[in-house]
Amino acid sequence: MRGATFPEGRGEMETPMPNTISNKDRMKLPRQHMPERDAGVRARCFEEVNLGFDPALAKDEALRCLACAKPTCTKGCPVAVKVKDFVALIIEGDYLGAAAKIREDNVLPAITGRVCPQEDQCEGDCVIAKKVDSVAIGHLERFVADYERRTGQIGIPKNAPSTGKRVAIVGSGPAGLSAAGDLIQRGHEVRVFEALHELGGVLVYGIPEFRLPKDIVRQEVDVLRRMGVQFETNVVVGKTVTVDELLGEEGYDALFIATGAGLPQFLNVPGEHLNGVYSANEFLTRVNLMRAYRFPEVDQPVYDCAGKDVVVVGGGNTAMDAVRTSLRLGARNAYLVYRRGEEEMPARAEEVKHAKEEGVQFRMLTNPVEMIGDARGWVTGVRCVNMELGEPGDDGRRRPIAIRGSEHVIDASVVIVAAGTSANPMIQSSTPDLATTKKNYIQADPETLATSKKGVFAGGDIVTGGATVILAMGAGRKAARAIDAYLNSDC
Amino acid sequence: MFNILEAKQLGTAVTQFEIEAPRIARKQRAGQFVIVRVHENGERIPLTIKSSDPQRGTITLVVQAIGKTTSLMSELGAGDALLDVVGPLGKPSEVEVFGRCVVIGGGVGTAIALPTAKALRDAGNYVIAILGARTRDLLILEDEVRAVTDEVFVMTDDGSYGEKGLVTDKLRQLEAVDYVLAIGPVPMMRAVAEVTRPDNIRTVVSLNSIMVDGTGMCGGCRVLIGNTSKFACVDGPEFDAHDVDFQILMQRNAMYRDQEKLAMDRYRESLLPACRGEGARRADEGRNLSGGERGDGDTHA
Repeated sequence: MRGATFPEGRGEMETPMPNTISNKDRMKLPRQHMPERDAGVRARCFEEVNLGFDPALAKDEALRCLACAKPTCTKGCPVAVKVKDFVALIIEGDYLGAAAKIREDNVLPAITGRVCPQEDQCEGDCVIAKKVDSVAIGHLERFVADYERRTGQIGIPKNAPSTGKRVAIVGSGPAGLSAAGDLIQRGHEVRVFEALHELGGVLVYGIPEFRLPKDIVRQEVDVLRRMGVQFETNVVVGKTVTVDELLGEEGYDALFIATGAGLPQFLNVPGEHLNGVYSANEFLTRVNLMRAYRFPEVDQPVYDCAGKDVVVVGGGNTAMDAVRTSLRLGARNAYLVYRRGEEEMPARAEEVKHAKEEGVQFRMLTNPVEMIGDARGWVTGVRCVNMELGEPGDDGRRRPIAIRGSEHVIDASVVIVAAGTSANPMIQSSTPDLATTKKNYIQADPETLATSKKGVFAGGDIVTGGATVILAMGAGRKAARAIDAYLNSDC
Repeated sequence: MFNILEAKQLGTAVTQFEIEAPRIARKQRAGQFVIVRVHENGERIPLTIKSSDPQRGTITLVVQAIGKTTSLMSELGAGDALLDVVGPLGKPSEVEVFGRCVVIGGGVGTAIALPTAKALRDAGNYVIAILGARTRDLLILEDEVRAVTDEVFVMTDDGSYGEKGLVTDKLRQLEAVDYVLAIGPVPMMRAVAEVTRPDNIRTVVSLNSIMVDGTGMCGGCRVLIGNTSKFACVDGPEFDAHDVDFQILMQRNAMYRDQEKLAMDRYRESLLPACRGEGARRADEGRNLSGGERGDGDTHA
């Protein structure tokens, strides 16, 4: 028992407080709830929804962990965080030690603790989840990361001696940042190029403030800076400088392409050029990156949603972010229109729950067929048809089929389309010897993320198509391992 | 930070900036643009690059003060800096041997057309320039255009300089035209497209739709080209004029008109009383000019 609960590498603690509760009794402990800002209040402001555990809640939750000999949670984590070890450190009260333990595998714990789909990963694979609610690993991760941030005592890992090798990373999103963190620790010089004026990629332009405060992203980036990572904003690789120039004149020994999801897809229905119709990317970029919710204090505008009806089309996390953002901009009615059912929605369970609590109106099995506008070219509504689910299609998901005669119009002054993205071609088109897939994503070896071009690796959404922050971080780690091996060979 | 090495007035409310941006200067080709952010709470606006000097590591931009951001920019001078400049974005102008080319610049569109006019002539074309302005004071860069073209015609609405009339009046008089490039206010570009359509003369326009990131990520700049949706930032900014849906372009460019007016009114109120008269006057004149500046979220006449 004791052996199982005492992890290796515990922080320096005077009087460890082991988990002395029997496994049977641990299973009886209820999962602790994340304190949340009141739904009525938060739906109208950009303050963070989840308020975080306090030490008492964290301890109560940590005590539920069985500290399994073969931890399936770690297997379920794309970056293999040593979950039971950091949870044991929480029980001991060594929060900084717990944070440092996470940082060994995850350079962005305050971020992943907030945005990971834990139910599909660590928590989904948690042993007790078969019988009771899983351990709230995400909430615990967030707790120690926030504790560490508040104390300012961030456990910066030590870098290996300099190898003299230089790595260029294209894109400062989750894949790029996690690769940067791993590569700098292995003694390589790392420079991250970012196209926008702010660092963080989707973490700053895509994910809203109420889910991931931008200060947290800034602080995590600062940690990397303190570790020695260099950053250069306003560089669009493929335009400002090419991959070949970085590997040639600029003397980088290896390059990691982590440019993320690219061009927004529209529905290709009539009326999508009407004013008031946005891609979710544009709407969220205006509000998050450019902080248009503070217009006219800031200069970038976004169409005023106050008192208006807003329709968001899609069922993923981006759609949830957009529809919840529209509420915070004052929307009178915020509708989520999705052509499949709620079960089929790819969004995180917590986002769906929060959206409902905040008053988003779900219109499931509903498919837009036309955007309707007025004489001045402004959208006034979305013509939709009701759908039913038929036989599974090629992707294994049941195909939605339109129900005849079910046409109806949902009035809307703003329509936001969150229908996924397609590959941004900028690097591919300026790097002719880089092999791409049929859909123009970059081809990379599944194990090493090596591309067809020597010394060039690629990972994250530019390889897989739109996915999650943590999968991109997993790709960043994988690439870092492969790049390190490549640099240690003779290149 | 991107240092401004030189700023000079080209005409009423039109300023030319030489800006330190070595990476962009090395790569820039005619027709490409940058996205600029002036200050911490600033918006991102696209501005087409007039020229670049790879040796000095600088690019040159011509900016007409119309909305808040461009008005803020026009207050800057040598020794000041822009917070962010990214580029060169968009596809370069298509430069081939076409034969007799007509390059039309309306308002500050002249600054944008200039590098392509030069490139066309360098490629061996015979290049005729038609410059249009409402009145003499608003005409810019005439000498520079003369230096890189074979013939120049100036048209003013009020006849205060050159010939009285529209650029399209002159275009109709020209014969044996093989290629037309028109850059300026949307109504001007649309009128040019209608003049050359019957004879199917290849005509290219540079579209100033509203952009945010400029890299294809947001889709805000989408334009309808021959019934297909294209992104001006990555598929353009230059398109075949005969395929462009100008009506939708104008509609979309007016999307933030109310917010632009609010931002501009607040900006004017914020100016010190001593300069209020001057600032307001310049801004008013900017507003009356019918666009021409590329993109700028706030330049829609």
